[in-house]
Amino acid sequence: MGNLVLDGLGKRFGASVAVERVDLDVPQGQMVALLGPSGCGKTTTLRMVAGFVPPSEGRVLIAGKDVTRAPPHGRDTGMVFQSYALFPHMTVAQNVAFGLEMRRVNRADRESRTREALRMVRLEGLEDRLPRQLSGGQQQRVALARALVVNPAVFLLDEPLSNLDAKLRGEVRMEIRALQQRLGLTTLIVTHDQEEALTMADRLVVMERGRVRQVGTAEDLYERPADPFVAGFVGRCNLVEGALDSPGAFRAASGALLACAGGPPPPGRPVLALRPEHVRITPAEGGPARLRAVTYLGAQTEYHAELGGTPLVAVLPTPGADSPLRRLSPGDAVALSWEPSAARLLPAARHDEKGA
Amino acid sequence: MAFRALVGAAFALMLAPVLTVMVISVFRQEIVSFPPSGLTLGWYVNAWERQEFARGFSTSLQVATLAMLIGVPLGTAAALALVRGRPPGASALSTLLLGPLAVPGVVAGTALYMFYLRAEFWIDSDITSTLGGLVAAHVLLTIPWTVRLVTASLQGMDISAEEAAANLGARPFTVFRRITLPAMRPGIIAACLFSFIQSFENLELSLLLVGPGRTTLPVAMLNYLEFRVDPTLAAVATVQIVLVAVLMLITDRFVSIARTV
Repeated sequence: MGNLVLDGLGKRFGASVAVERVDLDVPQGQMVALLGPSGCGKTTTLRMVAGFVPPSEGRVLIAGKDVTRAPPHGRDTGMVFQSYALFPHMTVAQNVAFGLEMRRVNRADRESRTREALRMVRLEGLEDRLPRQLSGGQQQRVALARALVVNPAVFLLDEPLSNLDAKLRGEVRMEIRALQQRLGLTTLIVTHDQEEALTMADRLVVMERGRVRQVGTAEDLYERPADPFVAGFVGRCNLVEGALDSPGAFRAASGALLACAGGPPPPGRPVLALRPEHVRITPAEGGPARLRAVTYLGAQTEYHAELGGTPLVAVLPTPGADSPLRRLSPGDAVALSWEPSAARLLPAARHDEKGA
Repeated sequence: MAFRALVGAAFALMLAPVLTVMVISVFRQEIVSFPPSGLTLGWYVNAWERQEFARGFSTSLQVATLAMLIGVPLGTAAALALVRGRPPGASALSTLLLGPLAVPGVVAGTALYMFYLRAEFWIDSDITSTLGGLVAAHVLLTIPWTVRLVTASLQGMDISAEEAAANLGARPFTVFRRITLPAMRPGIIAACLFSFIQSFENLELSLLLVGPGRTTLPVAMLNYLEFRVDPTLAAVATVQIVLVAVLMLITDRFVSIARTV
């Protein structure tokens, strides 16, 4: 059994369901990301683990102990808040030492552990500053040190990078991940940023409207999405509605016939999911598809095409200067192709079973 | 430029009466006229020697201090309940608590006087013209200020700081003492100052509630004015102004009044 276990955890506010029966098992030292658009219930789930929101059903187990009814101060979690939530009237050192003080650690140990924690986040020398005298990135690191210094059984991160600028975000992301791995922390991170989740977490939980849509590694979610929502949320995806015409041929709602993976179709109405990088594009006089727009992105180029009324996006490494693709412009006729196995059929209807 | 002139004019307009009072307090002649026939500190001596002012000063000091000590904790509790408890009808409640600001002092004073008379009949003991009755009335002056100032400082605070403290192992009372209270501190200090000043300078509410030998300083000044008009009052007023100014300066050293209010 994992270090953090959510057992059928759910939350209702009146008649509306914020979180519907989440089951999750996080082994010691693993980092799991709760990923989803705002309002999907990921933050409520995190706050139920921290003890700020009482669950309507289910249990939270930390290190094998049922803490469902325990108050926040009685749970061994270390949380980093989106706003950092530093104590504005305390110095950096006092902020970091607060948790140790609450645990009645003696003064000498408190000071050495505080120093050690500040060294770990590279803030030595700033002990006596007040939070308002620090930059956003420094405040963030104080919040990290404050949560980590108490050696929590579970480390909780609530959108920890959303208040940092893009450049800093990448850096801090690597830093948090390195710390988490070095200290072997069982970690739950909430984010709406799929890149953040994909790069930091061992496993991801994709949520939407209070439900878990899929649980898996970044690879699982990207290459074997369980449904169109996951396919569209994790990475980019061409999603085409329609019906299976015959094995390996998908009839789009617009009438176009698209190649797709063979095998048994999913129950209900299928949706064809095709990653843009799997679509090949070639200039073809009188070809079946028409180019609508070309977006040059440096290393990559995006081609927005239309095939018999169905819009499809292809993303290619930007072709060399002498490639015929470089001469393509909107309005040109092109041919699109892909490995049939790359076009997966996913069930369109919402389904209730969850991934592993 | 025009804006600066306007600001300058506004300040001049606000300060002119205060300066006039201070200047008149050292004029020698009894009936104020300009230019003065000479300068003197005699009126200060006169004010000092007349016991109604000394007594009034002492009464006002007691009433203001007690009203502040009772009203600020009450108002702070109310502000906490309004912001954190979010009881049903919170906005109506907070309007109600600010109510005393909207009622003219004389009206409130008269109403209280009538209420006290009725209450005296029921409990068979004096309320009007007692220190307790006066303090109770002045507490009404301190509550709106306190509620407003403390509410503002609570609203400016990040609630997740309290959650962070709880997350780090602090029990609810420790969270309050170590996190919430320090956040409210500037509001509470400013509330103490304004409560004290409101009570200390209040005339209208006190008029009917003071008793013989227990008049507040503003009431004593009004009584004096009924019989004589000489710069003694200006001297008393100057002392009052200086006291309030000193209080504000001291407070400002602890919390920036301009930022809190």
